[in-house]
Amino acid sequence: MRYATASTSYDYLFHEAVFIDIASHAWKRVQLKNIFIQKIFMFKSWKSVEPYLLVTPQTLVFLLFLVFPIATIFIVSFWEFTGYSMTPGFTLDNYRNIFTSQVSLATYLNTFKFVGLVWFFTLIIGFPVAYFLAFYIDSLRWQIILFLVCTIPFWTSNIIRMISWIPFLGREGLLNKLLIGIGLTQQPIDIFLFSDFAVVLAMVHLYTLFMIVPIFNSLMRIDRNLIAAAEDAGASGFQVFKEVILPLSLPGIAIGSIFVVTLTMGEFVTVRLMSGGQAASVGYLIRNQIGSLQYPLAAANAVILLIVTLAIIFGILRTIDIRKEL
Amino acid sequence: MITGTTQQAQTVSTPYVAPVHAEGVMLRSLTKKYGSFVAVENINLDIPAGSYCCLLGPSGCGKTTTLRMIAGHEEATSGDVIIGDRRVNDLPPAKRNTAMVFQNYALFPHKTVWQNVEFGLKMRGVKVSDRAQRVNEMLEVVGLSKFGDRKPTMLSGGQQQRVALARALVTRPQVLLLDEPLSALDESLRVKTRSELRKLQRQFGMTFIQVTHAQDEAFSLADQIVVMDHGHIDQIGTPAEIFSAPASRFVARFVGDNNIFVGKVTHVTPDTNAALIQLEVDGLGTFLCHGQAADVGMTAACSVRADRMVLKPHTPDSHASNQISVRVAAVEFTGYVTRVSLLLEATGEEALYKVRTQDWMSQPLQEGESVVLGWSTEDCIFLPH
Repeated sequence: MRYATASTSYDYLFHEAVFIDIASHAWKRVQLKNIFIQKIFMFKSWKSVEPYLLVTPQTLVFLLFLVFPIATIFIVSFWEFTGYSMTPGFTLDNYRNIFTSQVSLATYLNTFKFVGLVWFFTLIIGFPVAYFLAFYIDSLRWQIILFLVCTIPFWTSNIIRMISWIPFLGREGLLNKLLIGIGLTQQPIDIFLFSDFAVVLAMVHLYTLFMIVPIFNSLMRIDRNLIAAAEDAGASGFQVFKEVILPLSLPGIAIGSIFVVTLTMGEFVTVRLMSGGQAASVGYLIRNQIGSLQYPLAAANAVILLIVTLAIIFGILRTIDIRKEL
Repeated sequence: MITGTTQQAQTVSTPYVAPVHAEGVMLRSLTKKYGSFVAVENINLDIPAGSYCCLLGPSGCGKTTTLRMIAGHEEATSGDVIIGDRRVNDLPPAKRNTAMVFQNYALFPHKTVWQNVEFGLKMRGVKVSDRAQRVNEMLEVVGLSKFGDRKPTMLSGGQQQRVALARALVTRPQVLLLDEPLSALDESLRVKTRSELRKLQRQFGMTFIQVTHAQDEAFSLADQIVVMDHGHIDQIGTPAEIFSAPASRFVARFVGDNNIFVGKVTHVTPDTNAALIQLEVDGLGTFLCHGQAADVGMTAACSVRADRMVLKPHTPDSHASNQISVRVAAVEFTGYVTRVSLLLEATGEEALYKVRTQDWMSQPLQEGESVVLGWSTEDCIFLPH
């Protein structure tokens, strides 16, 4: 014992322990401070700035062209609007107008109908194509060639692509001529062009590729031995599909669905052109509102559309784990 | 019957499942071609019911293709696969009474361990209540009862391997086919799992056919080893036969630790059992060995196991056969055995000498020292091709 101020030796030990504890805390604090200072200095060194520089342009583009406009839209959607002028302020009238108007509700329903139909058809057309490319085409070369074939719809501008449907689908178009020619119908069928059918057809034609690629990706990742293992265990062709291939391609389907849903949700060019201005979609409605300078209404619609789209994506991500695909 | 304890949960426990009726496998003129490439050529093989057979060979020798043809995952170009007394060429995998353990296991990643094991029963339409009982039994056999609701990726390599075994065994196949079942495991686990495999085979009594490229695996597991090379069978035999009497240069080299000398047959003396053959090897002199069917003038080889040789510290007698002058190139201590690389002074080729470390230590040689390597005629095996 070095000194005997403490009543018992245990007390002494206790005091010493407390002292050590406090001292070590203080020491740690000093160390932390040093690390903090070091970090600041390190930040100034080129090596640590480098990674941030890599993402700076993208961040700026995002802030300037995505975050800022969306924030603006969000703010404007609460501005007051009198029919011919708008003033900064805060009102929920724009939203109230949308939710109470039969026309806008019908437009939303119509948009959902398009989204549902386009999603359904791109899936049932895209999946077999992806399946074919992944399981029946062995050479990478042919897979690439056939993928290029799938991209043909994108080789020309949107407008030309739309206009090209007219000679095919119109009253005097190829399809009607053919149907009359083989005697399936006496009268030309009107619903082929400038109809919901035409809108869905054009969008399916365009967006199926966005379904094919991610599904193809997830199918290519399936270990072929899993299929052999399922067959080994007695699975029939359908059971192999249901038990192994389909569950393992769900992430691809999810990613494809996100593409198709987001693209279809905001569509207005296809809707405008292929329906001949007769069908409505929220995107088209927003465009018209902008055309007639009803900015706050357009902004409110845009916010609702954005929220609905994000909700759908969120729902998809909650159900299916797509992390493996990324 | 003892229930699985924590200790047993790590190893294969007491049998719960009655041994199945085993079937033998026969391959007749089995051939597989991919375009002009012949993967398996005209293979004939009899695997007795209830035996453990290893197809041994380097990668690309056709062993896996042969296994997949037995399983039905690969269609034979010609020839027959016969299991029991049925020709199964045209039957799908599930109808052959075989089950396969795939390389890297091929467990369904989206299903739990329990669902993986259940899969075969579910596909065969076994009643739900029976399924549960058999899956639980099987998980107990492989010591994974506690892991039923985990996904395969959450298990260690050894555990995954046992799930794959359980999935294959649960349908009670008569023949179990294993494609490199141990290659994904680390060394110590491989040795342990090896004995578990052997135990399972004894316990279930079914025929095991295993593909492997590791000779120690084949030696320790198999009743029958089939050594394959370039789509052919080079030798069929018990591990002891393959080890002590390799039938070809390829087998001798593949089995490892053999010194092979290629030369010309100069003299054949017929004898009651085997002829005494004299082999002239360029630069090394004449070697004597026993063998069958050799013609004077043919190119052949002889092989001597590295552990059957002796090192003599004096100059060779120029008239004696089975002797070569060598220089010690490197000494490698591996534990019980010391491996000594020798340089043949006449040709500059390498030879291997294996000796008990204890014996080596009593008379160690320095690297660079010149000695004479010799062996007895009985240990020299004649390899006609």
